[in-house]
Amino acid sequence: MAEAIALALGLVARGDADLFEIVLLSLRVSLTATAVACVLGLTLGAFLAVARFPGRGAALVALNALMGLPPVVVGLLVYLHLSRSGPLGFLGLLYTPTAMIVAQTVLITPIVAALSRQVIEDLHREYADQFRSLGLTRWQSMGALLWDGRFSLLTVAMAGFGRAVAEVGAVMIVGGNIDHLTRVMTTAIALETSKGDLPLALALGLVLMVIALGVNAGVQALRLPGERVAHA
Amino acid sequence: MTETGAIVGAENLSLDIGGVRRLDDVSLRFEGGGVSVVMGPNGAGKTLLLRCLHGLQAPTSGRVTLDGATLTDRDRLRQAMVFQAPVLLRRSVAANVDFALKARGIHDADWRNACLARVGLLERAGDSARRLSGGQQQRLALARALATRPQVLFLDEPTASLDPASALTIETAITEIAGEGVRVILVTHDVAQARRLASDVAFFARGRLVERCDATRFFDAPHSGEAAAYLAGRYVL
Repeated sequence: MAEAIALALGLVARGDADLFEIVLLSLRVSLTATAVACVLGLTLGAFLAVARFPGRGAALVALNALMGLPPVVVGLLVYLHLSRSGPLGFLGLLYTPTAMIVAQTVLITPIVAALSRQVIEDLHREYADQFRSLGLTRWQSMGALLWDGRFSLLTVAMAGFGRAVAEVGAVMIVGGNIDHLTRVMTTAIALETSKGDLPLALALGLVLMVIALGVNAGVQALRLPGERVAHA
Repeated sequence: MTETGAIVGAENLSLDIGGVRRLDDVSLRFEGGGVSVVMGPNGAGKTLLLRCLHGLQAPTSGRVTLDGATLTDRDRLRQAMVFQAPVLLRRSVAANVDFALKARGIHDADWRNACLARVGLLERAGDSARRLSGGQQQRLALARALATRPQVLFLDEPTASLDPASALTIETAITEIAGEGVRVILVTHDVAQARRLASDVAFFARGRLVERCDATRFFDAPHSGEAAAYLAGRYVL
């Protein structure tokens, strides 16, 4: 463990170019996937929180079940769609960072949608009568709920990011772990482990955890003063 | 008091919740000037009546009317309601009023400020609504309701658990609003407040309309034994 820590510090201290390339690609892929998943998932979550329709209960059960989607299954499904013989093969996205973003988006959108649905539904329970009294439309209600719940929803987004940045199965299948092209932290760790270079794998793991911690700390640092200013 | 506002009515209104009849064949009309007060012991159905009249609760049978026609969702825009526990958004005082205005496509900072000034909250416009005292929150809820320029204003125990100064501010605003022709329908347990504000009273017990008359007659010589017992503080459910 001490060797791994020393190795990790050494990689960071000497500004290892390969390491920084991998780190930046990991952040680019996972943050982009999180952003896209938030747009899709928050909208879906808000709709499910506000709308009442036949089959809503079944939809919620299905959505909650999708939170447990295995990354390799998601990777396989995206692979089948993006492979040359697949319906989206003409886009030529397989083994590119875009394919990895698509896979992570598919993986975490249900997480963002299901968790945000619960947050927004709790808020809606409090606001519903007032909104009806004011004559708000469904879309106006959804917008107001998303805005008023934004700080709680930030935690939801962080849960999605955590899942995205930590997964390896999906990005391995659709990205291929190609050096200088689609290699990210998790696929690099898997590769070094398979090669038997456990100290390097562990060192990369430590760097990954520090990055995840840093992103969450950054969001928290923005959130606290934001809450004060925003009267939340 | 110069004008009479919109006429709010209930025709054979009944409401069952969980198999229990909570409102039982209620028929009444709120018309004429001044403040109409709905009184009655706990569980009498006062709040449910307001919710039905405002269209928040669908009756089991019967109908709610506004100016003689069955109440529609669109009609709700002519009404406003202040709830017993004010529901405020996690925004500033000013933004809470702006929100109600924007819902109707209106952006009018002057009118918003006028509404806040009316309830003595203009100086707190930039503060967090959630950090106001209970009385201030209720005054903000009233300002937000007034901002929508309602023809009918439902008030569900707006001064319950408020200090006398906050209650007085709200009572003053209620009197002014009613004087401007807004139909004000107030639920209150506070007999002294009802005496100060009411022009007419509807007294409920166990979901039934027991007595409906002008305020002077109700407080001086209630017809029903239930109303007399309630006013004397002897009514037991």
